[in-house]
Amino acid sequence: MAYEIIESCVNCWACEPLCPSDAIFEARPHFKIDAKKCTECEGDHVDPQCVSICPIEGAILNPFSEPANPPGSLTGIPPERMEEVMAEIQSR
Amino acid sequence: MELKVIGQSEDNTAESGCSSSGCGGSSDQLSHLPEHIRDKVHNHPCYSEEAHHHFARMHVAVAPACNIQCHYCNRKYDCANESRPGVVSELLTPDQAVKKVMAVAANIPQMTVLGIAGPGDPLANPERTFDTFRQLTEKAPDIKLCVSTNGLSLPDQVEELCKHNIDHVTITINCVDPDVGAKIYPWIFWNNRRIKGRKGAKILIEQQQKGLKMLTDRGILVKVNSVMIPGVNDQHLEEVSKVVKEKGAFLHNVMPLIAEAEHGTFYGVMGQRGPTHDELQTLQDKCAGDMNMMRHCRQCRADAVGMLGEDRGDEFTMDKVEVMDVDYEQAMIKRADYQAEIEAKLEAQKKSANETFIPLTALTTKKKETRPVLMAVATSGGGVINQHFGHAKEFLIYEASMTDVRFIGHRKVDLYCSGGDTCGDAETTLQKTIRLLEGCEAVLCSKIGYEPWEVLEESGIQPNGEHAMEPIEEAVAKVYAEMAESGQLEQQRQADQLQAGA
Ligand code: SF4
Ligand code: SF4
Ligand code: SF4
Repeated sequence: MAYEIIESCVNCWACEPLCPSDAIFEARPHFKIDAKKCTECEGDHVDPQCVSICPIEGAILNPFSEPANPPGSLTGIPPERMEEVMAEIQSR
Repeated sequence: MELKVIGQSEDNTAESGCSSSGCGGSSDQLSHLPEHIRDKVHNHPCYSEEAHHHFARMHVAVAPACNIQCHYCNRKYDCANESRPGVVSELLTPDQAVKKVMAVAANIPQMTVLGIAGPGDPLANPERTFDTFRQLTEKAPDIKLCVSTNGLSLPDQVEELCKHNIDHVTITINCVDPDVGAKIYPWIFWNNRRIKGRKGAKILIEQQQKGLKMLTDRGILVKVNSVMIPGVNDQHLEEVSKVVKEKGAFLHNVMPLIAEAEHGTFYGVMGQRGPTHDELQTLQDKCAGDMNMMRHCRQCRADAVGMLGEDRGDEFTMDKVEVMDVDYEQAMIKRADYQAEIEAKLEAQKKSANETFIPLTALTTKKKETRPVLMAVATSGGGVINQHFGHAKEFLIYEASMTDVRFIGHRKVDLYCSGGDTCGDAETTLQKTIRLLEGCEAVLCSKIGYEPWEVLEESGIQPNGEHAMEPIEEAVAKVYAEMAESGQLEQQRQADQLQAGA
């Protein structure tokens, strides 16, 4: 089982140096995870490191092919509250 | 590993004594700094307003990763904390960066400072950053190094930083209150985990403050940048200014938030506005009350290549640099000569400027109180008025008053306009420029076309091409004196109504 980087990756480099298994590599159009090498950080860290630093929601999928950082998880704003928060921000 | 070294340094601290932190108590400007620190500042484009016209810094991007998220950053462009949003630097390996810096320095003697720029946080990529610094300290000792950071891993890196030719560190500090921080930083990456919200912001703030103190204790110059975000930290930045000054920061630079939906940043997409020129200036004035503020930050890469007023970037692309043959020993001699010449010129200008100020003061004090006036200046460098109005990509804003002329800041023309669909015809560009010059009552340039002349006048901005090639401060003082003479400074500004309609 392994994590996977998909096309919404912005190539920010943050994940690459953190991987304890050297599974992440620079590629075009976006960074990739070598599924054979990825250990899900088992035995090294409590949380998968790539997932913990990636700034883009949805750019990394977990072994069940679900976004490891789902919508709203990084901005801190759940999708249903989006409009409300936007209105608040625009009134500043 | 780091810990051991930190232990050693505690002794060094006692030895080098207080450099700026304890001595910065009451006075502003440079007077609170010891002589050796003032010397450091002297020909530094980031600090000295006059040096800014003659010396330049250059940035290279070697450190792409970042360990926090700022709501004004989209992580694709250069770190918004230090650069103009929307700029993407070419990512270089440390070896490539060193080659490039030496090639530029050999060809452009006014390049005196090298900074590690984003995208990313240089201290979140310590190996790449320090590899670059190590090589340059050794091969090009006449280049000063600077680094800017979000501060999260700063305390861990202070010891290593002190080993290089580092002359200053910039920390971006947007808040000292975690509740404010939570609105700016959604998360940080800390001890191998993502920490969200207030808790993350609190750690970041603690690390920033700790790092700041550690650096000033060791006599390293620290500049603090803050991004002014209306409704988020605008009320709070005065407090930030006080706190960082107490900890020995040498300069506090408040920059406006620039957020556009097309940049794809959180703030941009959510419609968070940036401050108006007025709001920014009011805050800068308030903070200046108890600390030396830097007003000449260009909020751009300010690279050596751009400073020459012509784009020489093409001469130094990596493929060209790779095959260049640089004799740095030789170049270093040339650079020293050039820099000495500029020093002499600056001295001379300072003297003649003093002469002009005396008559101005004498003239205005005889009269009634005259109000201060903002003027825009078109220049391509060298500290003189030497640019055609239509060619100006940015204007320097000066405030002239009864007692002095001071530099307020830069305003860029068509900040992010790339000529795409949001851009209209020539008239719109002129209108935009006029909006940009809001609050200014005169614009000084070397030449100006007939049409813009008329439109400027109608908008209450007096165009002036009479002081071409004159030193900026002197010319601004003269124009102010003329305005005072004509009596137009005793009444409130008429243009305000005109502009409201424009
Ligand atoms: S989950 Fe861990 S091992 Fe797998 S790619 Fe990410 S960082 Fe590497
Ligand atoms: S951290 Fe995320 S966005 Fe950045 S390179 Fe890795 S996968 Fe791509
Ligand atoms: S520290 Fe710089 S690179 Fe990192 S998120 Fe903030 S602005 Fe972007």
